[in-house]
Amino acid sequence: MDLYEYQGKQYFARFGIPISPGGVADTVDEAVAQAEAAGYPVVVKAQVKVGGRGKAGGIQLADDAEAVRRHAATILGMDIHGHTVHRLWIENASDIAREYYASFTLDRGAKLHLCMVSAKGGVEIEEVAATDPDAISRLHVDPVDGLSLAAAAGLVAEAGIDEEARSQAAALLVKLYTCYVEGDCDLAEINPLILTTDGRVHALDAKVTLDDNAAYRHPEWDAFADDEELDEREKLAREKGLNYIGLSGSVGIIANGAGLAMSTLDVVTQVGGTAANFLDIGGGANADVMAAALDVINSDAAVRAIFVNIFGGITRVDEVANGVVEALRRVDIRSPIVLRLDGTHAEAGREILAEHLSEKLVMEPTMLAAARRAVALAGGEK
Amino acid sequence: MSIFVDQNTKVVVQGLTGGQGRFHGLRNRDYGTQVVAGVTPGKGGTDVDGVPIFDTMAEAVAATGADASFVVVPPKFAADAIVEAADAGISFIVCITEGIPAQDEALFYNRLRRDHPSTRLLGPNCPGIISPGKCNIGITSGDIAMAGGPVGIVSRSGTLTYQALHELSQQGVGQTTCVGIGGDPVPGTSFIDCLAAFEGDPDTRAVMMIGEIGGSAEEQAATFIAEHMTKPVVCYIAGVTAPPGRKMGHAGAIISGSQGTAQAKMAALAAVGATVAQNPTEAGEMMVEVVKGLS
Repeated sequence: MDLYEYQGKQYFARFGIPISPGGVADTVDEAVAQAEAAGYPVVVKAQVKVGGRGKAGGIQLADDAEAVRRHAATILGMDIHGHTVHRLWIENASDIAREYYASFTLDRGAKLHLCMVSAKGGVEIEEVAATDPDAISRLHVDPVDGLSLAAAAGLVAEAGIDEEARSQAAALLVKLYTCYVEGDCDLAEINPLILTTDGRVHALDAKVTLDDNAAYRHPEWDAFADDEELDEREKLAREKGLNYIGLSGSVGIIANGAGLAMSTLDVVTQVGGTAANFLDIGGGANADVMAAALDVINSDAAVRAIFVNIFGGITRVDEVANGVVEALRRVDIRSPIVLRLDGTHAEAGREILAEHLSEKLVMEPTMLAAARRAVALAGGEK
Repeated sequence: MSIFVDQNTKVVVQGLTGGQGRFHGLRNRDYGTQVVAGVTPGKGGTDVDGVPIFDTMAEAVAATGADASFVVVPPKFAADAIVEAADAGISFIVCITEGIPAQDEALFYNRLRRDHPSTRLLGPNCPGIISPGKCNIGITSGDIAMAGGPVGIVSRSGTLTYQALHELSQQGVGQTTCVGIGGDPVPGTSFIDCLAAFEGDPDTRAVMMIGEIGGSAEEQAATFIAEHMTKPVVCYIAGVTAPPGRKMGHAGAIISGSQGTAQAKMAALAAVGATVAQNPTEAGEMMVEVVKGLS
């Protein structure tokens, strides 16, 4: 889960990483109140999960209440690259002397954590990596050892961070590492990390991606999840615990396992169809999950046929079959369903469904045959 | 021959008393795998359908001489179970658990790398390993595999692993070993580990590799194939038409130096002489042709 800037900053603050005083506002009046509390001048920042806010006019400086009122009114409701602004972050404006970059993420190739620091912050870091790769200093961190202050200090010096900022930057890196590890982040990134004219180092932006798998040990994350932007179909799927991504085609897809679900999309496309969604019912899917999945797909008006592609492993096909039967009883499924069932208890699953087969519920022996059938039922390519 | 496991492999199931553990552990035993014990803290002295349960891995290993373990416990207990197995001297650990936090995976991977360099971890979040007719550890349905070689399979995706086995068996092409490495951020065993093992296994004469979008493991495998593989490799990468996934932020893209798209992976593999299929069925058909050309 990606966090908004304000959530990322609040998350940083839990781990003692210095940020500017500020607060969130959903209305113009709240924006003024937050500005009064933070102290002028303030920066009014649009909260959207997309880059390029500044260039789009979503970040404005304000010296007084009147300016805050004006900017807040303009930015709230603004469209930034397809994202509507519903919330602002108002913070005390910093006098910036220098801008740096710092991040932690997992280096999958090395199977170690990777810390990157650059004295060239405040710009797109991909651009720095492409044009001046030596400007980014890297340090692999073995999770068994963790990050020592000495190692952080060495990296900060190597990156060419200004002398007067080094000890603060090193201490901040150790805190950012703690946030990344104990806070279960996939990514913890500060760009820019600034040195102020009065000699303080702190985070002026926050890009945090949380590891959804760790949600069970972070009850405080519930507050973040509530704010996510999802379309109606995705909300329904989320409520039912399904891994669903809405697309714009006419063949609804249900598969078990992300790989098979992706492959199902591929095959539907290859035989001339268009997928309405990606839906992975996961391992161990039972009757309830299957019924919920059909319910979600059924709510998509664009769907004209449904392709259920199951290869049982930990998922038992007989349970999936029971789920299909249960769903047919509970919900009036508008579109014909094409089934392809193999793997664990596939025979039993096929037997359960045999007596329910009809024009609206058909079975095909292979993935390709089922894809062709589903695409044909959906009316072919559109 | 087979890689990593064979008919002599003795397996302890960590979590045999749970619902999934019991179902898949006993199914592995019924397949012919030597499932010699189960471990569940607090349930030592009992049994599951005749398989003795111990409180700890150390006790289970001392009593049975087990050398492999099958971890089928919930995510919050997986890290401890894996480290306990390695500490008890287990040399091959299969973990099917889905949903383990990446921070836990990074930690136990590196702990094993340091303290137990000869222990191999397969997974987490993988379907396991099957050497048809000899040993099946994990959640793969044994009846879709076919003994007698000559193809080795390695796959990142669980269900596509079964699909690959199924496509080959349907065409009458047997497998030496099928390894599902899992798609989690820190897999204990990589494509390269498996490709190297298949290259060294005299009975494996061709390899099917199933990848998917994201990361750069397939690109790394392509480099390995170019430098070290003499045996033919047939590949399929899932996700050609996948919607753009969750972006891993700026840092992720910089590290891998790859966009992680199926197209980029397919191009990298084709460039080193691997046969690249557009879907699992085509991969099966292409492998049939490759096998015909052997001999």
